[in-house]
Amino acid sequence: MSTYQRNMSLAGEPPKALNTTQRLAVVVGMAGLGILVLHLFNQEITHPAIWLTAALTLISGGIIGFAAGSYAHKQEGIKNDGVWFKSISSRGFLGWLLGIALTGFYIVLYFYAELLGLNTEGDNTGVISLFDPLSRALSGNPASQWFVYGTLYTIAILAFGIKFMWKYRHNRYEVIRTISVMFFQTAFAFLIPEFMARLNGDGYNLPYYDLKNIWPLNYYNFEQYRINDFISSGAIGMFLLIFGIVSIFVITPILTYKYGKRWYCSWVCGCGGLAETAGDSFRQLSDKSQSAWRIERWVVHSVLVFVVMMTTTVVSVYLGYENEGYWLSRDVFLFTVAAGLLVLYAAIMYWKRHQLKKDAVVGATVYLFISLASVALIYFVDITQIKVDASYFSLGLNQGIYTLDVAVKSLYGFLIGAIFSGVIGTGFYPIFGNRVWCRFGCPMAAILGIQQRLFSKFRITTNGGQCISCGNCSTYCEMGIDVRAYAQKGENIIRASCVGCGICSAVCPRGVLKLENGPMEGRINSEAVLLGQDPDLMALLSDRKAN
Amino acid sequence: MEHIVIIGNGIAGITAARHIRKLSSKRITVISAETDYFFSRTALMYVYMGHMKFEHTQPYENWFWKKNKIDLKKAYVTQVHTETKKISLESGEQMTYDKLILATGSVSNKFGWPGQDLNGVQGLITKKDLELLEINAPDNKVCKRAVLIGGGLIGVELAEMLHTRNIPVTFLVREKAFWSSVLPFPEASMISNHLLSHHIDLRHEEELDEIIGDSHGNVKAVRTKKGEIIACDLVGLSAGVRPQIKFLEGSGIDTDRGILVNRYLQTNIPDVYAIGDCAQQREPVGERKSVEAVWYTGRMMGETLAQTICDQPTLWNPGHWFNSAKFMDIEYQTYGWVWNSPKEGNAHYHWQDQKNNRAVTVEYNLHERTFIGINTFNMRMRHEVFDKWLDDQQSVDYVIENLQQACFNPEFYKKPFHEIQSDFLKQKSAI
Repeated sequence: MSTYQRNMSLAGEPPKALNTTQRLAVVVGMAGLGILVLHLFNQEITHPAIWLTAALTLISGGIIGFAAGSYAHKQEGIKNDGVWFKSISSRGFLGWLLGIALTGFYIVLYFYAELLGLNTEGDNTGVISLFDPLSRALSGNPASQWFVYGTLYTIAILAFGIKFMWKYRHNRYEVIRTISVMFFQTAFAFLIPEFMARLNGDGYNLPYYDLKNIWPLNYYNFEQYRINDFISSGAIGMFLLIFGIVSIFVITPILTYKYGKRWYCSWVCGCGGLAETAGDSFRQLSDKSQSAWRIERWVVHSVLVFVVMMTTTVVSVYLGYENEGYWLSRDVFLFTVAAGLLVLYAAIMYWKRHQLKKDAVVGATVYLFISLASVALIYFVDITQIKVDASYFSLGLNQGIYTLDVAVKSLYGFLIGAIFSGVIGTGFYPIFGNRVWCRFGCPMAAILGIQQRLFSKFRITTNGGQCISCGNCSTYCEMGIDVRAYAQKGENIIRASCVGCGICSAVCPRGVLKLENGPMEGRINSEAVLLGQDPDLMALLSDRKAN
Repeated sequence: MEHIVIIGNGIAGITAARHIRKLSSKRITVISAETDYFFSRTALMYVYMGHMKFEHTQPYENWFWKKNKIDLKKAYVTQVHTETKKISLESGEQMTYDKLILATGSVSNKFGWPGQDLNGVQGLITKKDLELLEINAPDNKVCKRAVLIGGGLIGVELAEMLHTRNIPVTFLVREKAFWSSVLPFPEASMISNHLLSHHIDLRHEEELDEIIGDSHGNVKAVRTKKGEIIACDLVGLSAGVRPQIKFLEGSGIDTDRGILVNRYLQTNIPDVYAIGDCAQQREPVGERKSVEAVWYTGRMMGETLAQTICDQPTLWNPGHWFNSAKFMDIEYQTYGWVWNSPKEGNAHYHWQDQKNNRAVTVEYNLHERTFIGINTFNMRMRHEVFDKWLDDQQSVDYVIENLQQACFNPEFYKKPFHEIQSDFLKQKSAI
């Protein structure tokens, strides 16, 4: 036995190796990307429409071609062969390289758009000018860095969406869900806002508005300039403003009650859409440890408190000096916010106290206290008189001096809007997994999560005694939920963070998991019975505990 | 404090340890020579296929054991001295127990084939087997062909695994169709066809005669009973498993195929118990086999024995039979009993959707029309519902009419239940 030695090298072997179609597709896709990169340096663009069409076609063709090379010759079924052998999907060299490239792209996009060809004066140059023809065709205006980003984002969701549907073609839940995110991205996030911009100038002054991007994910939706725009744009403007309020306070609670947060997070949302399609190859990288879960709860709920306070500040400031005499005064608004938070807290503590663990109660109380203190601060102190020197907080990068309300708004936009959701959230897909933002940062996910945990019909049901603890479900949970821990005990999975992507159920080899909407009663069964034997031991166990 | 020693950190031993801890503060030591921590044996295949890393197969984080005061010891037990209540470890160390739980699991069956101990002959049960497979069959250059022996579930796993690395697989199966000793023939042939469609070289009614080695003691080829010589670098053993009990010789503990236990999972020696794959029931329960190498059986035995150990003597009383498996892309579930051909007085109703590899077989009593059991393929069924229907001794007609209620497929899946129902009624009226 000891002399028995064989070559252990795995380099370039199946299932790791790329086949000819996949290699060809990589070349095609890279050629498309190459056109865009070359135009970064090209100040004088000729035939932008032709080059843009070529670039986008090659990129999409590369992605779809890669999908064909990966799945077309295979039978329907789970396609995770070699996921942990491939450099790109197992935090290998390619994974890090991609992570750095994406992070770099986001930093340029958010902070150095001039590198992409955005000019404060005069026409666009560089890669942004390449997108001018498409932008003019849609909205009539020249492109911006956000139009470039939006176009690439939509292309990514569409092309990787096709890849995802190909991969899971045996699973109609996944296919239909993916068609939904592709539709909402293309229509709501990309086309409708561009068309809305066409209305402007003719008595309309509509801000860019992606209707499915709901506050607080859309944290700037109720800023002064937007409210002014809405109000000055007639019936359509008022409709949009009311829709923005209704979508968070009416539509969201109803749909979340009926279907869980998945109706938004994995069926509608653009961030979720990108994570589910382009990010699918990285879902296994999420951290499943209990300590990650603990950090997640504090961080995501802190962002929620932050956005509520930031929005309260912003709204109260413009109400304070603009709407004097109007029924909605600054004071009415602040009292409404404080009362609303108190009522919500009291209601949860009264009716749901049995479902809350000690740390949840402590967390909620701390957050309530901070929130009320902030509201009191805004009420008693004229925060527009407080000046903040940004250089203390930005290591000297930002030398500006701001009033407190502007400082809070800018800090949120920078820290959460740009760094967390963009640079870390998407740039780090290949390192931390595809749902880092949704899990640790998104305030919308936090609201939906609280409701999903406490007041929703949604759950993932486990199937009696069939679980074999293999761990596929936990491994492929993008939200880092240890699904197996519940399944092997026969417990339903009711977790605030679950976005209902359905992959745990898909990868289960024994048919144990099912996403369902059902009656609230008996939904949480933490003293669950594992079927299969008499007498019912778990019942015995809980009896003995009680005695 | 009473010291409970558990030999084996598989699902049976670990479940016993966890439940004893839930019920008591007894000192618990789990001994294993295999791994430091509990892992899910059923997931080994996914590590080789690259779906998971080994750490993902561990259902509990490493801090869990210390926090719950379950001592883990990595050691190999060589002997059990029942008269002095001691065990000897390979290191020479001895350990005293107050109660001993044997949960040592299984080893691969070998039937005395010539060459069965050559390098390159292996099963897939332990972590060591997985590591060995990475040496024996890392790719299709080192392993130009693998031959799998015997039509068990480990065989179909090995076939799927090797297939992901493009290693050609020849699969020798004694029966006319895969696993037809368990599955009714139409279902067994559906699985056979599925394996063939994945280019597994499945040879029905073929058996191993001899494994041929080269001058270095490595596998070179196999000879089949029909006389064919197939060159290969790996021989995968999948002709079933048997209890791992060799170390108990001379201990005074009664064994047959496995460690003989009564319905309280006690051996003939006081304070020595056996659970999981290694246990053999003196009185098998219902239609169940006396040795059951099934994941959930091990788990349930662990739960049951924990009660007995913690002064609440509890009979081993498994409920209705159920099980599941996956044959490459085809999921299989079963509830109640379906034999490969109907038992005396019973009949089968069979439905199949060739295109989608979906199938159902229901066994029922012809005279009483009582529902006995169901096999489903690529159709997930709800355990709870079938458990209740079996309790209630529902009729086959009721079960077929209400299949929808038991459906556990993901949302939006196309459901074949109307088709099944009308087909069933058509067959019924034709009789």
